[in-house]
Amino acid sequence: MIVAQQKPLEDIRQMARGFRRLLVLGCGTCTTVCFAGGEKEVGLLATSLRSALGQEIEIEEAVVQRQCEWEFLDQVGEAVGRAEAVLSLGCGVGVQGIGERYPGVVVLPGLNTTFMGLTEAPGIWEERCMACGDCLLHRTGGICPVARCAKSLLNGPCGGPQDGHCEISPENPCAWVLIYDRLMQQGRVEQLEEIIPVRDWKASHSGGPRRIVRPDLREMVEEEV
Amino acid sequence: MPAGSNLEAVLSAGRFAVTAELGPPKGTNLGVVERKAEILRHCCDAVNLTDNQTAIVRMSSLACAIHLRRMGLDPVMQMTCRDRNRLALQSDVLGAAGAGVRNFLCLSGDHQQFGNHPGAKNVFDLDSIQLIQVLAGMRDTRRFQGGDEFTGDIPMFIGAAANPFADPLPYRVVRLAKKVRAGANFIQTQAVFDLEIFGRWMAQVRARGLHEQTAIMAGIVPLKSVGTARYMRDYVSGITVPDAIIARMEDAADPKAEGMAIAVELIDAAREIPGVRGVHIMAVGWEDVVPILTERAGLLPRPLI
Repeated sequence: MIVAQQKPLEDIRQMARGFRRLLVLGCGTCTTVCFAGGEKEVGLLATSLRSALGQEIEIEEAVVQRQCEWEFLDQVGEAVGRAEAVLSLGCGVGVQGIGERYPGVVVLPGLNTTFMGLTEAPGIWEERCMACGDCLLHRTGGICPVARCAKSLLNGPCGGPQDGHCEISPENPCAWVLIYDRLMQQGRVEQLEEIIPVRDWKASHSGGPRRIVRPDLREMVEEEV
Repeated sequence: MPAGSNLEAVLSAGRFAVTAELGPPKGTNLGVVERKAEILRHCCDAVNLTDNQTAIVRMSSLACAIHLRRMGLDPVMQMTCRDRNRLALQSDVLGAAGAGVRNFLCLSGDHQQFGNHPGAKNVFDLDSIQLIQVLAGMRDTRRFQGGDEFTGDIPMFIGAAANPFADPLPYRVVRLAKKVRAGANFIQTQAVFDLEIFGRWMAQVRARGLHEQTAIMAGIVPLKSVGTARYMRDYVSGITVPDAIIARMEDAADPKAEGMAIAVELIDAAREIPGVRGVHIMAVGWEDVVPILTERAGLLPRPLI
C-alpha cells in the first residue's frame, strides 16, 4: 500500500491560514490503513485546526472510499463546492485527483506521501517497492534491491554492510544480506553469480510520467457506449 | 590490446606493483596535487585520484588525472556511480583517454549521507559491475553502451575495488568473480588489517582461479594514531581492525612510528600470500609516508619498464 504520514500541524496551519471554509477530506483506502488519513485522523486534525485557527474558520469533514477515482470523488461534489480549500488526507494521487475533478478549489496536502510499503509490525511501516516499472524480484529472492538498497545496486552489496546492516543506518538491514540469506535458504545462492546487465530506466520515472493503456479494456468501454 | 599504462606494464612483467592514493584538494589549488604527486612519483607505479571520496566535493578525479598525465605520472582515475549517469561517465572516459589516462577504477561510491551534501540526489544509473562492463565494451567494441560507435582509440586498464571484510563474507568472492567476468583487469582491496580474514578470502580467490584472471592488490592504510585506528574500526564501513592492532597503537610511545611499522608488516605479510600481486597504499592525507613505507618494505626503486 501507499504509506503516508501527516505533515506537522504547524505546516498545515500555515497552509490553511486565510481560508474561511475548509473541507478536511480523508481517504478510505491506503491512508486509512496506515492511520494517516482515515475518519479518525480527519476528526482529530479538524479539531486541532479549529483550536489552532480559531473562530474565523469553518471546517467540514468527510471521507471518500478512494480519492484516486472519479466515482468516489463525485460523491463529495457538494461539500467541495462549499469549501474554499480542501485539505486532503489522501496520498499525492488523491490531492491531484481532487484538483483535476474540481479545478476551481484550492487543494492542500495534509500528508506527506512517503513510500509503497508494508506493515512490518503494528506502528511500523517499511518501504518495499519504488515502482521502477521492470520488476526483477525473481532474480533477487523476492527482495527488492532497487527500493531497499540505499544505492539501488543490482549486482550485490557495496563494501559497507556490517553485522547485516546498511552502512547508512544500523536500523536498516542490508538488502543484499537479506537477498543472500533468502537465496541460501532456498538453495539458490548460485543465482547471485549472474550479472544483472545495465538497466533500461525508461520503465522507471526516467521515461517521464508513466501511463498504461489497455486496449482490451478500452474496447469494452467503447462497446458499452 | 594492451592499454599501455605503467601499472599494466609492471603487473604484466610479473613485478609486485605499488599504487598509492592521492586525495584531490577541497579547492582550486592544483599546486597541492603537484606537491603530492612529486612525493609519490618515484615510490609507486601509478597514482589513484579519488572521486569525491566519502562523498565530499573535491577537485575532480578527471581534472587531476589529466594533470598527473601531463606531469608524466601514470594516473588511476577513480569513477563512482553515485554522482554521474552513463552519459557523464562515458564522456569523462573519452576526455581522460584522449588526454592519455589509461587506468580507470570503477566504484559504487560512498553514500552521500557521509559527505558534505547529505541531501543530494544520488544517481546509481549503473552499479560498479555494470560500469566495468560499459568500459570494457567501449574498449573492445569502440561503441558506447547505447550502441553508437565513437572515433579514436580508447586503451583502458580497468580496475575495481573489492572488500573481503564486509557482510555477507561468503558472498565477497562471488562479487569479485562477477567483477572479473565483467572485465576488471586489476583489483584494489579495502584496507587490510585482519590478515586472517584476508587470507581466507584469498584462498577462495585462488580456489576459483581469479588471481590468474585479474591482478589483486592489497589495500594498506597506515595508521597515524590510536584515534584513527578506533575511528576506522568503529565508523568506516566495511573495515575490520583487530584488537591486537588497536592495542599496539594504544601502547605505542610514538604512534606514527608504530603505525608505519604495522603498515610495513602488513605489506610484508600480503606479499607472502599467493596470488597477491601488489599493494595499494591509501595514506588519506599522509602522502609523505608512502616513500618511507615503500623504502622499508623493500619495494624501491620501482621498476622502469
